[in-house]
Amino acid sequence: MARVLRSETGKGLALSAPATLYVGLLVAVPLCILVAYSFWTQTYVEIDRTLTWANYQEAFTDPLVRHLMIRSVAIAGAVTLATVCLAYPIAYFIAFRTQKKTLWLLLITIPFWSSYLLRVFSWKLILGFNGVLNSALISLGLIQEPLTFLLYNEFAVVLTLAHAWAPFAILPIYVSLQKIDRSVLEAATDLGCNKLERFVRVTLPLTVPGVIAACLIIFIPTVGDYVTPALVGGSQGKMVANLIQVQFGAANNWPLGATLSLLAMLSVGCVAILFVVVVTALGRRIR
Amino acid sequence: MTKAFRFSWLLVYAIAYLVFLYLPVLLLPLFSFNDGTIVAFPLKGFTLKWYAQLGQQDTLLQAMVNSLIVGSVTALMATSLGLFAARAYVRYRFTGRELSEGLVMLPLVIPGIIVASSMLVLFISIGLKPSLATVILGHVFVALPFSVSIMKSAFDDFDQSLEEAAFDLGESVVGTFRRVTLPIVAPGIVASLLVTFTVSFDEFVLAFFLSGNSPTLPVYIWSQIRFPAKLPNTLALGSLLLLSSVLLLLIAEYFRRRSIQSSD
Repeated sequence: MARVLRSETGKGLALSAPATLYVGLLVAVPLCILVAYSFWTQTYVEIDRTLTWANYQEAFTDPLVRHLMIRSVAIAGAVTLATVCLAYPIAYFIAFRTQKKTLWLLLITIPFWSSYLLRVFSWKLILGFNGVLNSALISLGLIQEPLTFLLYNEFAVVLTLAHAWAPFAILPIYVSLQKIDRSVLEAATDLGCNKLERFVRVTLPLTVPGVIAACLIIFIPTVGDYVTPALVGGSQGKMVANLIQVQFGAANNWPLGATLSLLAMLSVGCVAILFVVVVTALGRRIR
Repeated sequence: MTKAFRFSWLLVYAIAYLVFLYLPVLLLPLFSFNDGTIVAFPLKGFTLKWYAQLGQQDTLLQAMVNSLIVGSVTALMATSLGLFAARAYVRYRFTGRELSEGLVMLPLVIPGIIVASSMLVLFISIGLKPSLATVILGHVFVALPFSVSIMKSAFDDFDQSLEEAAFDLGESVVGTFRRVTLPIVAPGIVASLLVTFTVSFDEFVLAFFLSGNSPTLPVYIWSQIRFPAKLPNTLALGSLLLLSSVLLLLIAEYFRRRSIQSSD
């Protein structure tokens, strides 16, 4: 025993064990319980522990569930696309066009460190019918009537989430841009690439890993976002997390909530894996 | 000529993007000083009364105390776990290292609602009632990746020969750790404590599911958002929170930089 503890492996395992066990147990055990719950049913206050597929049947046949699930994935996809496209030029700017890299990185991460709930709340105030944006545009004389398409729809959800996840897109893309060997870019120019060609054929393919990382870091948590759809989504912008919360709260149907959680996790996983496979294949073809 | 032109377009975009990033964050403080209950232009005049009223609300103060307790305990627990794990990842090459590192980073990418619902189910199943303790257990889970990555950068490039020297000069393992290793990575520890505290202090969804009858500040704010009459107070409270989070993080950043410099 003492000899094992003195070896590399022993020391490493012993030191990392508390953290590994903590996360491992809190991932694995709740998952098992969630799976168990998904096969049980709720009868008023009691849980009926006879195994049944009823929850899965309900989840797959209920049009509302299907609708919310598809919408969640679609909104998360739109958020991912918008955030990454908006973030790429900034990452490029910091990596190639400024000397003050640390300052810019700090400037970009500071807003992210404020409370997420408060930032979403602030967007609600900005986009509202009598909100900041409408009142500002009216006082400037640009519009007569408040714009109604700003709040309580998918647009508001996508905008708010694209704001909330900005640093998570900028940082991985910046890192992959920063890693590019500058002499490779010079070689491309020397071999006759113009700037656009050089970007499309050299810079962009080399940043594919960063873009993939950014997409996954944003897409996965966004599918299950609760606060943004609840505050700025209205009835048009509700997502699957809101339905899950209702099952654990007001509706008090934990087995159905557990089933929905598992299905959400499963669909996130499938979409994410599919995405990585497709992008990697595309990346190879561009090169 | 063309180069300067291109440069400026990207710069214009970068500045516009910064405005987009900062707009919602600066808006809350702006309207928290506004002498009116509606958040809209034009501004009505300067007042501090919304801030003054905060001190009289007992439920708010209780939520604040709850958040401070949860944040402090979370910071201590997550940083201790992260400290040892990061040390193992940087110092030792062992089987299962990559698996363990990946697992510890997992909480970053699991959707909050799934963490929250599955932990609620777990805690109820083992007979733990929702309370501050369950919030802490959940927050340590989500704060751990932050602690591990900060501590890893603090241990990176840490000169092993210093430890070996202390060892050769007769210090014990514990003594070496306490008198050599710990002081050198101390700035990293401070940074990790501050960051994990802030993560916990701002976290909402887990606390919403797990706090039961003892709300933390974000849960309290959530309950206030529904009442338009309370809006100015919520803005004032929100502004204070924004300010404290940003200050804590800037201090953490300072210590993180120091930890990287001192280990070079």
